[in-house]
Amino acid sequence: MTESWIDVCAMEDIDAEDVIPFDHGAHTYAVYRSQDGARFYATDGLCTHEHVHLADGLVMGEIIECPKHNGRFNFTTGVGKGVPICENLRTYPVRVANGVVQLQVSAA
Amino acid sequence: MNAVIVIGAGEAGLRAARSLREDGFIGTITVLGQEPHLPYSRPPLSKRALTSEMAFRPLADADTLAAESIDVVLTTRVVAVDTDARVVTTNDGRVRTYTSLIFATGAIPRRLATPGADEVGVHYLRTWDDSMALKGAIIEGSRVVVIGAGFIGLELAAAASKLGASVTVIETLPRVLGRAVPEVLANEVADRHRAAGVTLRLGQTIERLSGSPNGTVVHLEGGDLVIADVVIAGIGAQPETSVAEAAGLVIDNGIAVDGFLRTSAPHVYAIGDACSFPHPLFGDRRVRLESWRNANDHGAFVSSVILGTATTHIGAVPWFWSDQYDGILQVSGMPGDAVQVVERPVERSHLLFHLAADGRLVGASSWGTNKAVSKDIRVAEMLIEARAYPDAAALANPDVNMKSLLADRLETTE
Repeated sequence: MTESWIDVCAMEDIDAEDVIPFDHGAHTYAVYRSQDGARFYATDGLCTHEHVHLADGLVMGEIIECPKHNGRFNFTTGVGKGVPICENLRTYPVRVANGVVQLQVSAA
Repeated sequence: MNAVIVIGAGEAGLRAARSLREDGFIGTITVLGQEPHLPYSRPPLSKRALTSEMAFRPLADADTLAAESIDVVLTTRVVAVDTDARVVTTNDGRVRTYTSLIFATGAIPRRLATPGADEVGVHYLRTWDDSMALKGAIIEGSRVVVIGAGFIGLELAAAASKLGASVTVIETLPRVLGRAVPEVLANEVADRHRAAGVTLRLGQTIERLSGSPNGTVVHLEGGDLVIADVVIAGIGAQPETSVAEAAGLVIDNGIAVDGFLRTSAPHVYAIGDACSFPHPLFGDRRVRLESWRNANDHGAFVSSVILGTATTHIGAVPWFWSDQYDGILQVSGMPGDAVQVVERPVERSHLLFHLAADGRLVGASSWGTNKAVSKDIRVAEMLIEARAYPDAAALANPDVNMKSLLADRLETTE
């Protein structure tokens, strides 16, 4: 099992307090930028409730809201907040190297 | 011991039951459902349930419901409610006593009054079984006639088209989607259907339906005939009020409730599609909303009313969506109340804001394949909820971040 860092996009491709979708292999991720623009985060890209793309949802502070059923998660921890969520989101390490946002995925 | 009985095991009814438990209610909760299935989500029935191998999945499985001490009784119809004796009688003769009663009876498809409709066999869509019957009926090359170009009709047309059917939609009105959707968006949706090969026959009245060896014959006024293997009617729904009406509750486009979802009888509530309520955002005008969001909002809210913790009237911003092909249609608020429409240019979608005469934002709507527009619709909804008067020029300018229009954001940047 190795851990590898993959390029997502340039820092400026994600607005502050926003999210973009990122596909790698068969997996979809959501990559976030904090309100102050300084930090980046990543979670699974699909809502645990009905598999809707979270990157279409609104980011307010550290909360991502699913665009279909308004389920809310803290994207820095993956923790779901109340109905209709019953399962947390998986989060992934993110770093910025030379202005490029990178995501760490587990590879077998 | 307190006993809540919920009539209707749909989205709203189950949400009410589960919210009561989450909010700490310790009495018994009984949910009475007519269908043989545990409560499930209805939005996929006109979409994914038809076009994919989606398996039946309840909103909560039997173990979860047991763990939450929610008794869901299936295949059971309520035949009478006595609001003085506070009892509910079901078709099996059983009588149950309640301390609080919630009507979550939903809506039922409006039946086609066209001569011949009952004889030829017309599909309607409300339940999982309806959806599975349709799925079994539509095969590649089927000639499908959809009567009604509302949300359900158009979603079914899109699904049938995806399944390889040859689809004709017949609508009495001159355009699709009626008054609920701004005309500019409705026309775009119509074009998308045409691009998919769906034939739209708008402004057409059906005289009668008849059977023939070659299929069902749809006779249009003026003499045109359309032959169909499958006929589906999606001509709207009406609130299921029969038991409530017989129990003497006030009915006004649904079971009439006040801002706390209380009916005209003590300890009796009505929620979701089945009820009409005064909406505080729209001058306390009585509205009835058929949507997933409304069902869930009402379910959660009625719990707080029963537990005595509700302080303000029900009245979240109305919002619904409709997935058709690769596009999504969304309507938030009441665009019909607006006198001014502002378009914000976005890629691959139309995004409209609807302003009242005094400049208040009362609605937002969108159609297209750019699903990230959902973010702007969501911010618009917060503005509508806040009764905000956003600058029309800022709404129209894609370089202005929508979030900057929220009042609390203005303060934090000052």
